Amino acid sequence: MAKTDVHSKLKRVALIGNPNVGKTTVFNVLTGMRQKVGNYPGVTVEKKTGRMDGEVPIEIIDLPGSYSLSPKSLDERIAYDVLSGHLANEPRPDLVVCIVDASNMERNLYLVTQVLDLGIPVIVALNMMDAAEEAGLSIDLSLLSEKLGVPVLPLTASRNEGIGKLKYQIRRTDLSPAPERMWTLMSAVEVEIPALMQVLADEAPKVPERQRFIEVLQCLTSDTMLDYWTRWAPKFQKEVQLVRDRLLANKVPYQQAEVIGRYGWLSPLVAQVVTRKKNIGDASVSDRIDAVLTHRIFGPLFFAMILLLIFQAVFSWATPLMDIIESSVIGLGGAIRTTFPAGMATDLLVDGVVSGVGNVVVFLPQILLLFFFLGLMEDTGYMARSAFIMDRIMSRVGLGGGSVVPLLSSFACAIPGIMAARTLANPKDRLITIMVAPLMSCSARLPVYTLFIAAFLPTGKVLGLITFQGLAMFSMYLLGTVMAFVASLVLKRIVFKGESSFFAMELPPYRMPRFKQIFWRMIDRSKAFVIRAGKIIFGMSIILWGLARFPITDPSPEIAALRISADQVFEQKVDSLSTLGVAYAAASEQIGIEMASKYRHIDAAEAGFQIEHSFIGKIGHTLEPVMRPLGFDWKLSAGIVSAFAAREVIISALATLYSVGDVGDDSPLLREKLKADTYPNGDPVYTPLVAVSLLVFFVLALQCMSTLAIAKRETNSWKWPAVMWLYMTGLAYLFSLVIYQGGMALGWG
Amino acid sequence: MTLADLKPGERAIVKGWANSFPPVRLMEFGILPGTVVEIVRFAPFGDPIDIKVRGFHLSIRKEDAAQIMLIEEYPT
Repeated sequence: MAKTDVHSKLKRVALIGNPNVGKTTVFNVLTGMRQKVGNYPGVTVEKKTGRMDGEVPIEIIDLPGSYSLSPKSLDERIAYDVLSGHLANEPRPDLVVCIVDASNMERNLYLVTQVLDLGIPVIVALNMMDAAEEAGLSIDLSLLSEKLGVPVLPLTASRNEGIGKLKYQIRRTDLSPAPERMWTLMSAVEVEIPALMQVLADEAPKVPERQRFIEVLQCLTSDTMLDYWTRWAPKFQKEVQLVRDRLLANKVPYQQAEVIGRYGWLSPLVAQVVTRKKNIGDASVSDRIDAVLTHRIFGPLFFAMILLLIFQAVFSWATPLMDIIESSVIGLGGAIRTTFPAGMATDLLVDGVVSGVGNVVVFLPQILLLFFFLGLMEDTGYMARSAFIMDRIMSRVGLGGGSVVPLLSSFACAIPGIMAARTLANPKDRLITIMVAPLMSCSARLPVYTLFIAAFLPTGKVLGLITFQGLAMFSMYLLGTVMAFVASLVLKRIVFKGESSFFAMELPPYRMPRFKQIFWRMIDRSKAFVIRAGKIIFGMSIILWGLARFPITDPSPEIAALRISADQVFEQKVDSLSTLGVAYAAASEQIGIEMASKYRHIDAAEAGFQIEHSFIGKIGHTLEPVMRPLGFDWKLSAGIVSAFAAREVIISALATLYSVGDVGDDSPLLREKLKADTYPNGDPVYTPLVAVSLLVFFVLALQCMSTLAIAKRETNSWKWPAVMWLYMTGLAYLFSLVIYQGGMALGWG
Repeated sequence: MTLADLKPGERAIVKGWANSFPPVRLMEFGILPGTVVEIVRFAPFGDPIDIKVRGFHLSIRKEDAAQIMLIEEYPT
């Protein structure tokens, strides 16, 4: 531990507090813009650190919001690990600042009493003093400070009040460790503690003396903390297990001992310190807002409107921006092609690097917009209400109310949807939400739906009202949604069987949104996407480019002959113009325009030949026997493989394979080519049945490397993305197989 | 009587837990024997419940509320 770098010498101060107490505001005010956002190694919990300037700079660590140090979630586990020095390369902080909601003292001080037991110097900052005064509370600060044995400061961080004094206290170098514990456990548990502390001291002498008590207590109440010691102090772990068994046999509720003990000390203390000037029964502003926003009829209506707004924003407001990005990428590619000589390096730069970057950046408008709205919902306190309203419905399919927003966002794009699942506190709900989000039909499937529905499904109306094609489109969305619900039920029943899903969520008071904070949070989260998922998406784009580009194949003799004859015609025409006195340059330009479509045709034929003989084409041919039972030929198979870059890529891949050049999803040319294509025996390649089979395949298959990349980032392992890809692709294959074979058997082929 | 039996606006004092392994999280939120709890409202679709305990609002499901035993109705 003899590190000599500058960081280890800095005083390290940790901020901790319940969720929704304004901890992030305090952190921002203390550190200004000198912040770093990263991740704790091996987990997806955000690690936020910043520098508080001054003669001696101080490092501030913003710990995840926690109700208790006895871990119930990954966030709380990290908070305890940091405070207790359990993390490698992260010594215990030198000082802990507990941010407490002054209008909600009892629950907040529960966490404070746990922090006190660590034996580190502690400062208690009572935040939101303004709200406490409005609620008619008066708090005797000096009495509280005396009872807790640590400095207590009043704070209204949102108005910058009390920050100077807090900074002064943080800089003090003479703060002594928090006083010894002033409360007791129920006696049956208390008598067991000293012996366990001794075992721990013998086996893990590194644990500071003052920290032994809380380590022992944590092991009594929390299984994850007990497991932690299996590796570091096995004898201690066994001893605790023995004590637990003995207490259980004597019917001592040892798991409740800590909570009962702490509140037993805390409740009378708070009663002494806090006086209520107003009647408890008075409904606050927040209560009155809730009477409307969680109203039986108006509540769901309002929520539906909010969702519609978000959906609209992510679905259509983002489109112009995405179009600009896409055309800039194409424009940049074109500019590079005209600047640099044609060749492999230029191709790699344009089709690999530039479009790879484009594939990442194109998601940014949707991600930024979604995170803005999510931030707004979180910051105002409405997010908790939306979960409150929807919980009943979502619990039917094995999820909680919090999954509604991430799943609906996935209709636009699974990337921001999966990232939005971060707002779920329950890790199991979060994982299930991530696993089923890609089944919601995203906007990248839309061009594929459009092309195949317009080309192959009948145009008539159902009951004279709804067009058949519109109904088909709706069915695609419905199928994806229903399958997402089925998948979540199955995951819940099979994969997470037996794990209790317990729901307890605070409904924090409503508050005015703080746009600066929402803005920075939006930027931080989007940055995380670009950096972490972007790397994978970029790499895969280059690989897919290579698969389509190699091995380099000379055009077939027929195509080569076409080009030679076209070149001859070109030369002849230019020559004849030249003899009429037109300058050579002007003549070749004029003929070039005249023959442009002829050359485009030849270029397209060459590109088609190249891709047919590329690795992608070979993969398509190899896959054909597997895909034939679904009604897909080698070209479709190759298209499906290319679509792994992004679903809509299947259209440009098919366009290249059918030698029609670059076209959009409404190209009549591509539609006609697809309709005209036949197998050697004269049967059409595409029938309405093939189209339906393909559509269903696209609804269900995980044809998107970006989704896998973000799932890897969010779950921090390749295991879940692998499971995701397998189950979705399996579902897609099965459904398409049944549809195509069933359809053939019924004679619809 | 359990917490799930109260109507919106009604208050009562917690007696204990029906289950011998109650969720520690609910206790950490301060729902302990002797605590006053009030049902504020039911969610629009009937579940979960918005309860007020120690001055803050907490949302829990009815099945969990049914584990919380009450002493008596709170004198209003």
